[in-house]
Amino acid sequence: MSSNVEKIGAVMVVGGGITGIQASLDLAEQGYMVYLIENSPAIGGAMAQLDKTFPTLDCAM
Amino acid sequence: MESGRYSNIKIIANAKIESLKGQAGNYNVTVLKRPRYVDEDLCTACGTCVSYCPVEMPDSYNEKLVNSKCLYIPYPQAVPASYVIDPKYCLFQTKNECRQCEQACKDLKAIKLNQQAEHIDIQVGSIILAIGFDEFDARRKKAYGYGEYPNVITSIELERMLSASGPFTGKITRLSDRKHPKKIAFLQCVGSRDIETNAYCSSVCCTYAVKEAMVAKEHDPDVDITIFYMDIRTQGKGFESFYERAKTKFGIKFVRSRLASLERIHESENLLFKFVTEDGKHHSEEFDMAVLSVGLEPSRTAKELADTLGVKLNKEGFCQTNEFSPTSTNREGIFVAGAFQSPKDIPESVIQASGSVALASGFLSEVRGTLVEQKECVAETDLTGEDPRIGVFVCHCGVNIAGVADVKKIREYVETLPDVVYAEQSMYACSKDNQDKIKQIIKEHNLNRVVVAACTPRTHEPLFQETIREAGLNRCLFEMANIRDHCSWVHANEPQAATEKAIDLLRMGVAKARLLSPLKEETVPVIPKGLVIGGGLSGMIAALSLADQGLECVLLEKSKLLGGNLRGIYYTLSGNDPQKLLRDTIDKVTSHPKIKVFTEADIKEVTGYIGNFLTRFSIGQEEQTISHGVIIVATGAFEYEPKEYLYGENESVITQHSLEEKLALKNFNSDDLKDVVMIQCVGSRTKEKPYCSKICCSQAIKNALKIKSIKPNSNVYILYKDIRTYGFREEYYRKARNEGIIFIRYDDNTLPLVKEENGELRVEVFDPILGENILISPSLLVLSAGVDPGDNRSISKLLKVPLNFEGFFLEAHVKLRPVDFPTDGVFVAGLAHSPKPIDETIAQAQAAAARAAIPLTRGYVMVEPVASIVDSEKCFGCGICEYLCPYGSIKVISDEDGDKAQSISASCKGCGICASKCPRQAITMGRFTNEQIIAQIDAFSLATSDV
Repeated sequence: MSSNVEKIGAVMVVGGGITGIQASLDLAEQGYMVYLIENSPAIGGAMAQLDKTFPTLDCAM
Repeated sequence: MESGRYSNIKIIANAKIESLKGQAGNYNVTVLKRPRYVDEDLCTACGTCVSYCPVEMPDSYNEKLVNSKCLYIPYPQAVPASYVIDPKYCLFQTKNECRQCEQACKDLKAIKLNQQAEHIDIQVGSIILAIGFDEFDARRKKAYGYGEYPNVITSIELERMLSASGPFTGKITRLSDRKHPKKIAFLQCVGSRDIETNAYCSSVCCTYAVKEAMVAKEHDPDVDITIFYMDIRTQGKGFESFYERAKTKFGIKFVRSRLASLERIHESENLLFKFVTEDGKHHSEEFDMAVLSVGLEPSRTAKELADTLGVKLNKEGFCQTNEFSPTSTNREGIFVAGAFQSPKDIPESVIQASGSVALASGFLSEVRGTLVEQKECVAETDLTGEDPRIGVFVCHCGVNIAGVADVKKIREYVETLPDVVYAEQSMYACSKDNQDKIKQIIKEHNLNRVVVAACTPRTHEPLFQETIREAGLNRCLFEMANIRDHCSWVHANEPQAATEKAIDLLRMGVAKARLLSPLKEETVPVIPKGLVIGGGLSGMIAALSLADQGLECVLLEKSKLLGGNLRGIYYTLSGNDPQKLLRDTIDKVTSHPKIKVFTEADIKEVTGYIGNFLTRFSIGQEEQTISHGVIIVATGAFEYEPKEYLYGENESVITQHSLEEKLALKNFNSDDLKDVVMIQCVGSRTKEKPYCSKICCSQAIKNALKIKSIKPNSNVYILYKDIRTYGFREEYYRKARNEGIIFIRYDDNTLPLVKEENGELRVEVFDPILGENILISPSLLVLSAGVDPGDNRSISKLLKVPLNFEGFFLEAHVKLRPVDFPTDGVFVAGLAHSPKPIDETIAQAQAAAARAAIPLTRGYVMVEPVASIVDSEKCFGCGICEYLCPYGSIKVISDEDGDKAQSISASCKGCGICASKCPRQAITMGRFTNEQIIAQIDAFSLATSDV
């Protein structure tokens, strides 16, 4: 990368499952503008379909 | 849910990337936003339109087990909380007719049937790919009859069946006759570890099958469950004891077998399993239901996305990464995290998410904060001398509350309570537009207290507090009554009781609200420097990652040299050079201007709290003190020192680590490698050390393959319980079998027997395939010694952070906060957390650095207004509070007035343990004062007849 690129303080996160949501939250907390792009009509991903999670049987919501 | 609240996160749903231009640091991305046919900003998710929509379609969220309308909301907690129309089913989109929904929404005009796709250009410095996975399509395994036999379902379908909010309200249901099955079989590795479909292991199916089986047993203790499997791979932290619990406490049967066939019995629609067990015997057994544990495949959008971005995929179709940089793609500034990188569970995904953030943030650190607008802070209204004027909002939560409780009656009752000047019903109290409405009503009616009766404050209180704050009210002038979980959910079949209880809760909430007073919101400055404890791989990566994000840090190592366990690793399964990684990392750490390294450092004392820690340590005779804002614990672990199998008595009995060293340094003679026996799970999965050490299976296979490459005619035997080469490591297990490495399984009842006879080693082990004992005289006996946490008690005490019962550090939340401690400002990474391989260690170290960077870059922490307040007149310094506080947030300080407790408000979580146990009642909690709580109790004791 040439050093004269004007860097942009924004990050695009592609995918709104638990991974993308966590990444977005951490970036936002650090002071970046975040664009979270999700293919389906709502974020949440596979985890939103889960009832409980191992190994503590906590509710996934 | 939380992500919807951040002003600097813009969620663009129903969208994909169309093109990428520009270069790292300054990418131009065009995003295609497909039409939703509903205006997200106008839609309140009231759901009125749905009853007008005449078209049904299969509900994907519920795995198509039931139908939904083609005008739908994906699931109740969806963000954006807005309906959407599926154009494939909508009558207007397909036949240009109907338009009933438009009529239903004629006031709000949120339905936009002519909405067009949008192309949005966005400039970003970096991109993180987290597109996840798709489940394996079980139809591809024709022999299992999925899609044809009604009672063969997938594990994801079972997940939805088990959910109380699912299609059968939590009842497991046979699709053939809607009856409840009494005998269920799980079939593992469907679309995993299978050369016809996916050769790799999907890593998560064993543990999720165990989980689903346990939940099914909780629903119905009489249900009989058998899990058919090849190896049980419960290698994650805490998973092995979970598996043990399933076997011993829940009585779930595990049968190691090969499935010969799965047949449908037409009359009963039961399923006949014909299978072969290890001993070669054939069995058949009938079940009411079969659950296919489907594997994880690359997302179906992966190929197109990778092509658009110029990102390489591996041969399995997941994102290609390197073992030593697990979240970097081949393109600069583009990172990857989660199941798109390889199949993985939630904690590993969350770790990689934060890990990728560390890289993105490192790449863009000089422009951090440049695009984020500071929210304008509305001045707080001064309420001195004002009488309470309470506004109450009672939420319908769609039908979640209103479907059971009589919301109108509740609202009418609330209007009669003292100081309530306004009450109204809201369809969704939490919706975006309702927040604006609440603000407007606060102004119109001069409200100075707000009570919301809705769902749980755990998820929603911060949202409403933010709203009233924006209207100029102090956050603490808010109270919530949970009439969903505590009323409509638990009393779903008793609407009358649910309504009465909601009325009680509201009366109590209002009684408390009358006594609320504003509490000060303070911030505490953060010293922008990190302390990393431990100079192994995880500590070094964490320090580098902080430094790359522009932050100073100090790295303390107990021993003379940096590197830790990595010093003894000479090659990896996939052929990378760990010694080069070691040299490069040490070079970077020691030459980085922002990192200060101290070796032979011994920590004496740590005091302070997030933002303001003070650490005293000694180097030889000299003592030093440093102040810093955060701490990362990366103290590592050790190889278990075996007490079994003649280790330490016969010099031909060695551990995998010493074997690796011998092989790498060519410190052996050819005869040593003639007949090598390896025993797995030495110091793992035993009574004394019940956890799985995760890395030893791969380590054994790595060393076995190395021996074969050095001396192809050597005999290598691996005695194992389960081979746990999860993810893409499976390829090397297959390779090992193909190269003639002999795998012999043992279990707790058939432990191998090791003897020395005339100076020669003898190993006797029962071979379950042959059905008899075999005798080997090995030239080398290699013990796959597990990972031993060592003694972490002193660090645990110094930092007041917990250990689990195995001796590893215990994180704040197993799933969602895998690198945080309950104590703010303290983080964990690497083997100190749990056994893990190099790639996971690196990701976790980066994750800890990303999390630690949050307070450091912000420069301050907000103090929770609900913090303990000590009345020093009453306090007599007994120290019970300090002893009990789980967060290290209250301390007894000695001064001229004697011993007095002092609250550390920066890290206090407001849990109230101290206040409840103080023998002098010297501690009060803001917003939960004795007066407020007593007022609530008094309000409750008003007889219902008074209502």
